[in-house]
Parts: sequence; structure tokens; C-alpha cells
Amino acid sequence: MNALELIGITKRFGSTEVLTGIDLCVDEGDFVVFVGPSGCGKSTLLRIVAGLEEQTSGNVRIAGASADGVPPAKRGIGMVFQTYALYPHLNVADNMSLALKREGLPRAEIERRLAAAAEMLELGPLLKRKPAALSGGQRQRVAIGRAIVRAPKLFLFDEPLSNLDAALRVNTRIEIANLHRALGSTMVYVTHDQIEAMTLADKIVVLNAGTIQQVGRPIDLYTMPANLFVAGFIGSPKMNFIGGDDALRAGAHTLGIRPEHLTLAANAPRWSGTVRHAEHLGSDTFLYVRTSAGELTVRVAGEAHFRIGEPIGLSAPDALVHRFDDRGLRLGQSSAG
Amino acid sequence: MLAAHAVLIAYTAVAVLPVLFIVMNSFKSRRAIFLAPLALPGPGSFDLVGYTTVLKTGAFGSYFANSLIVTLASLAGIIAFGSMAAFALAEYRFRLNTLTALYLMLGIMIPIRLGTVGILELMVAGHLVNTLVALILVYVASGLPVAVFVLTEFMRTISDDLKNAGRVDGLSEYEIYFWLVLPLVRPAIATVAVFTMIPIWNDLWFPLILAPGEATKTITLGAQQFIGQYVTDWNAVLAALSLGIFPVVGLYLIFSKNLIRGITSGAVK
Repeated sequence: MNALELIGITKRFGSTEVLTGIDLCVDEGDFVVFVGPSGCGKSTLLRIVAGLEEQTSGNVRIAGASADGVPPAKRGIGMVFQTYALYPHLNVADNMSLALKREGLPRAEIERRLAAAAEMLELGPLLKRKPAALSGGQRQRVAIGRAIVRAPKLFLFDEPLSNLDAALRVNTRIEIANLHRALGSTMVYVTHDQIEAMTLADKIVVLNAGTIQQVGRPIDLYTMPANLFVAGFIGSPKMNFIGGDDALRAGAHTLGIRPEHLTLAANAPRWSGTVRHAEHLGSDTFLYVRTSAGELTVRVAGEAHFRIGEPIGLSAPDALVHRFDDRGLRLGQSSAG
Repeated sequence: MLAAHAVLIAYTAVAVLPVLFIVMNSFKSRRAIFLAPLALPGPGSFDLVGYTTVLKTGAFGSYFANSLIVTLASLAGIIAFGSMAAFALAEYRFRLNTLTALYLMLGIMIPIRLGTVGILELMVAGHLVNTLVALILVYVASGLPVAVFVLTEFMRTISDDLKNAGRVDGLSEYEIYFWLVLPLVRPAIATVAVFTMIPIWNDLWFPLILAPGEATKTITLGAQQFIGQYVTDWNAVLAALSLGIFPVVGLYLIFSKNLIRGITSGAVK
């Protein structure tokens, strides 16, 4: 049984089509991440799953049952919002238990679930506080707790880390991953941050301009991007794209090489150029090299010293060069050149 | 800083002094009012004749009650209907949304007094002349455009996530409106309440035209009976006006804590 099934979902606002023919199956217990640039329709898709937005056509099935026309509260979902969206006039305990009270659960059961969630998220000492008296990270934990207590069939996360600062973001990311392990529930997570997608997901769904570009395990998207968009979106720094004669010689329209797959070659380099800029991160050095094939980014492990303007030769093993045809679709690894 | 304060103090003086003179002179004898209008009431000039006249006319208590009923009922209507309309306009995407908002906004641009003749005919036909209901209906109608306009803008600022969280938690749309959104726009509601309340309390026009009967007179209209064509009982007029100020000041104080937040919210953040 699929935890979530989307069949031909299309959404139009007036005459603009924001989602086109989305088909997707999510297995039970999977952590699925919708990722894409802003405006790609990922949040709209999540809201359609939640029932907060109605699809123009297509069907949503949650845990095998049709969810079309079912109000959000009856879909068996728990949702965590980007802005936390805690009720400002209720304390933490009331925020978390509101939905359970609406469902008419017995008091003892509510207390039990509340205690379990508070224990899991270390919210115990905060239960009597109002949201205004909490830090950003605490608020987000309460928001997650509000979803957990409902024991939903499906967790929905709408960019939950966007409003947190960098350090807290990493911590909360790990907490969410732990939570998924502990609960084993199906989770659907929306983000524009490919790092979050790569680190959290069992399965990534890359969206662009309202269509699914590729669905797959994070590492598959990295090693075998289906098209130029996915190739450019996944991985940081961005993949280098080379067109023109270089590509034609390899029987492709565009070549794609990740910065970490370009190697420095003193003898018989495939591309030669000059260093335009260098970024020293300590663990890595990013070199921006001006070549005849355009500007290439190179990732060198560790600390590498180059002067600006220094000549440099670059090569790449054929097995790590991605080839794309004139429609931007993947052709498989380079065979010639 | 000093200049700014000077300007503010000057403005406050301009606003407050007339009120102060009304209250001051209401405690003086008729002779003293004309001899030294700017003097404080003293041992020689102190006189409560104005208040005794006003209270002796008997109906004054009923004028007071009429004013309070009309003002509070109108306020309740304006806030209840205005906030519901604002919620719908701010929250839901539907055909004619913009057109409805524009239609309501027309009411801000066209003064309701232009329609006085039509309103009077309507009230006559509905047998509502000389009832408080007539006044309440007119005031609710004239107060709604501003209320809808202000509250819509405020409600748009409330995060969609919060309302959606309510939906996921099983709140109905009415509960989201009443329980989530209304408490958050309370400052805006106080602002609307104060700005619509004062003109209603002070209005002379519609009470004079629609409800001039003794039983339905409001205090502003009631105070006019002391202003005659040939003789004006200034003691009584000033006493009536002084008494008329207090209820609005009271209501203002109730709303003011929220009012200040309403006006400055968005300005400082």
C-alpha cells in the first residue's frame, strides 16, 4: 500500500498553470523531499496533499483511501509550517493538544500523547509557556510536537528550517532525521535547499516550473541526473556545463562535469586556462578558472595555493563526464573524447 | 526634539482648550461666563445652575440612554459585519472579490448625507421614523466601508500558515475567524471602534431628521433645546455638553490601549 499517491495532479490559478500532470507514489515509511527553486510549485503541491488547496484535476490518495474533497483535519496528516504557526494565545501544551481535543480523544489519552511528545522533543519544562516566550528553535520543536501528538499517517513539512539560523538549522535537521528513524512514519518535506534534500531524503522529487524533473535516491540524482536542470540544481558548487566543439566531439550537445571531478593536469590537459578567483574554505579550495570552454569551477581537496592569473591545466575522467542532448536530456557517460 | 515637542504641545492646546473652556464655564454663573469667559470658576462665580436646569428637564436621562444605545449598537453592528466581510475579502479567492471590495470602498468616497432624502423616504415607508433602529441602521451602513477597508488590510497581514494550522487541527472557518483572526486584529478593531464611535455620538443630522421625537432624542440633539432663536441658556448648553463628553471619553479609554498599538503597528517593527 502506498502512503501517498498522486495521480495526474494539475493546478491552475486563473490561466496560469502552476502544476502539470504530477504523478507520484510514496512508500510507507519513506522520507520524501520535494525540492526545487522558488515558484516551482512544490509548496502548492504540499498544500494540495494537505487539503489546504484544491487541485484543478487529478487525485490524491492517502494510505490507500481517496482524499479528494476530504477536509485537512480528516486526512490523517500532521503538518509543520515554515513560520511555525503556533497559536499565540495558547500555551505550548494547549497548542499541541488542540487537535486531539477537537477529535474528542479522552483526557487521559491526550495527556499520555502530550507527555510522550514532550519527552521526545525535550519540551517538558516549556509546556506552560506561551509561544512568545520561546526561541525560534523551541517554537519549531513545538510545531513538530503538534504534528507528532496526532500520530498522523503522513507528516508534511513546509520548509521548516528556513526561519532558523545556520547552526540551529543543522541541529534541527539532525533532529528531524532522528525523528523519522524513531517514528518510522512517512514524511513529505518541502525545501528549496538541496543540502537539506540530500541529507534527509530517502527519495528526492525535483520540481521545476510545475513538473517533476526526476525522482530518485539522493545519490542517484547526484550521479545520474536525468537532465540539465537536475544536474545544475543538485550539487554545490554547481556542475560545469560545456557546449560547443568539446561536446560535439563527445557526441553530445552539452557536457556536464562536477567541480570535484575536474582534476589538475600539468601534462596534456583537456582544458587550459587561468585562475580568475580562488575561495579557501580550509577543507576545500574552489578555483574559478577562465578557459576557452568558458568559466569552469574546480573543487580541490584541502588547501591549494594559486595566484590569480596563474595558468592551469584541467582534465576529467570520461566516466565522470555527463552528456546531454540538445533537449537537455541525459545521454549517459562520455564514451569518446 | 524640542521643536517637535513644541509643535505637539501647541496642537494639544488647540485641541484641548475648547473642551476645557466648555467644562470650566459650565460650572459658572451666567454673568461670570460673559464677564470673564477665560477665568476659572471661583467662590464668586461658581454656580451649578446649568446642571440643575439640565437635570430638571427630566428627559435628559433618556437622551443619554438613547445616545448610548445608538452608539453601542451601531458599533457592535459595524464591527461584527465589518470584520466578517473583511475576513471574506482577505481570506477567500472568489470571482468578484476585487469588485466587492471596490463597491464597499465607494461608501468611503460618497458621504452618506447625500442620500438623506432617500433614507428618510425609506424610513417613512418602513415605519421606522422616530425609532432608534432607524439611526442604528444608518450608522451601521455608513460605518461599514471604513471598517471593512481597515480590517481587510489588517487581516491580510495575518500569516496564512496560522490559519492553515487551524484548518489542519480541525477548526471550522467560523472558529478560525472568531478564535484565531479576531483576537489578532484586536488593535485594528479598537481603532475602527474609536474612529466610528465619535462621529456617531456627536451626530446631529440624522437624529434631527430621522428621530427628532422626545422619546428618541440623542444627547447632542437634546442639548440643542437650550439654544433658542432669541435666548440661549448657555449654562444649560455647556452643562449638557460637558455631561455628553464623559461617556465618549470613557469608551475611548477602554479602547485606547489597543488603539495606540493599532495605529503604530507596522510603523515600528
